[in-house]
Amino acid sequence: MSPIISVKNLTKTYDNGFQALRNLSLEIEEGEILALLGPNGAGKTTLISAVCGLLSVPENKIIVGGFDVSADYKSSRSLIGLVPQEITIEPFETIKNAVSFSRGLFGKRRNDPYIDQLLKDLSLYDKRDDKIMMLSGGMKRRVMIAKALSHEPRILFLDEPTAGVDVELRKDMWKVVAKLRQSGVSVILTTHYIEEAEEIADRIGVINKGELLLVEGKNELMRRMGSKNLTIELQSPATEIPSTLSHYNLTLSDDGLQLNYQYDVRASKTGIVDLLSELKKASFKLRDLQTSQSSLEEIFVNLVRN
Amino acid sequence: MNFYAITAIYKFEMARTFRTLLQSIISPVISTALYFVVFGSAIGSRMEKIENIEYGSFIVPGLIMLTVLMQSVSNASFAIYFPKFLGTIYEILSAPVSYIEIIIGYVGAAATKSFIIGIIILVTATLFVDVQIEHPVMMLFLLALTCISFSLFGFILGIWAKSFEQLNLVPLLILTPLVFLGGSFYSIDMLPPIWQQITLFNPVVYLVSGLRWSFFGTADVSIMYSLIAISLFTFICVGIISWIFKTGYRLRK
Repeated sequence: MSPIISVKNLTKTYDNGFQALRNLSLEIEEGEILALLGPNGAGKTTLISAVCGLLSVPENKIIVGGFDVSADYKSSRSLIGLVPQEITIEPFETIKNAVSFSRGLFGKRRNDPYIDQLLKDLSLYDKRDDKIMMLSGGMKRRVMIAKALSHEPRILFLDEPTAGVDVELRKDMWKVVAKLRQSGVSVILTTHYIEEAEEIADRIGVINKGELLLVEGKNELMRRMGSKNLTIELQSPATEIPSTLSHYNLTLSDDGLQLNYQYDVRASKTGIVDLLSELKKASFKLRDLQTSQSSLEEIFVNLVRN
Repeated sequence: MNFYAITAIYKFEMARTFRTLLQSIISPVISTALYFVVFGSAIGSRMEKIENIEYGSFIVPGLIMLTVLMQSVSNASFAIYFPKFLGTIYEILSAPVSYIEIIIGYVGAAATKSFIIGIIILVTATLFVDVQIEHPVMMLFLLALTCISFSLFGFILGIWAKSFEQLNLVPLLILTPLVFLGGSFYSIDMLPPIWQQITLFNPVVYLVSGLRWSFFGTADVSIMYSLIAISLFTFICVGIISWIFKTGYRLRK
């Protein structure tokens, strides 16, 4: 099956000479949730803007649903809903009118039952006749999502959708995204919250200085790049680590009751069995063992640093 | 053609007019009524007839043109500048709409508002002075064409402007002097010969003259020149807007 979005060797240089994207290629499958991670100024928003038509892009660089975003912009844009980073919304209009306006703009006939259901799904229905200026920041963010979904897009871009919103609303949005995935909508979101990507994404893309460092399934990425930590709890406190164990690079906790061993899950031998055997030889008495995996956040920081 | 998008933009803009009824319609009508009171009734009663027309009646086409020009530019420039200022322009730029559809929506709404105001002023004028229209169809045509062409100009201005100051700069420093010196309140025959020649470089002269011809059958310049001038202006504006959308000037980076 061909990807819903295909970006080929895209380079974007602004008039001031700043190169925001460098030979970036990316394919996004239909129905998946892709999280784009990257520090500020990495090029995430530039990439989204290029796909959505907010930036001038040469032909044959971006294909959306089989349509070139430059040559066949009407067909490609009709498939996309965009929630930009900033809350930019007409303050004097009512919620329902603003959402209906967006639907019309994308060439769809007025459909009150659909709009009403959308507003209900986003907990906006009760306030549908309120002016947007009267809403809280979180509610305005919901209105922007409703506007982006008003024309029933197959692709939804969420550019930092949960920036500055409370935990409850963030979790509500995750539910909305999960529901969209069930209905076959592809979701591309940028975020600074690693836990958000960890929670809802199928694949993770890491972008830095305009370059896509990697795109990989979330679980594979964590398995491939994540190191594991073995915590060994001792029955009685140790004062030092014997020199015979130095090649394991163990660390001892301040109270002397825990030894920590980091190992690579990708390695053919983790060294755990040998370590436990040598600990026994060195007369350490063990109370318990625990393993933990490094988080996506640690993986991300390592990638960007390197 | 994305008719739903055109309708959405048009209705959205017209809704803004009705939300701000006082500013959009009542305000220009009151200020024009004041012109009629001062120039038409108070001063006009002491003025000689111009080309056998009472002064109060003579200034009606000029006053309509004055308001319609300013309103067209103001409506259209604000309509496109405000989304730029708020950031909501992203929605227009990411929607499946061509620049022609965008123009029809925005300029259509701005021109409609100006046209309505023009008609309201005409009706208001009948309360103060005697108004006769010799060529009503041509009057409506010229009025509509002026509304459209200057709304196009306002649209360009709204895209070009980077601040509210710039948005007001052109109407204040260029348009207002051109309108006041374009024969709104006088016939250019009343000027010294050298100024009569200089005035012919002012495009507003042709608009006021054309509209005055549709009212009284007499004008400073031929109606043909008026039609050519306004058509030319319209084509130039369409050409500039087409270039703006092709290059993304001040819209797309």
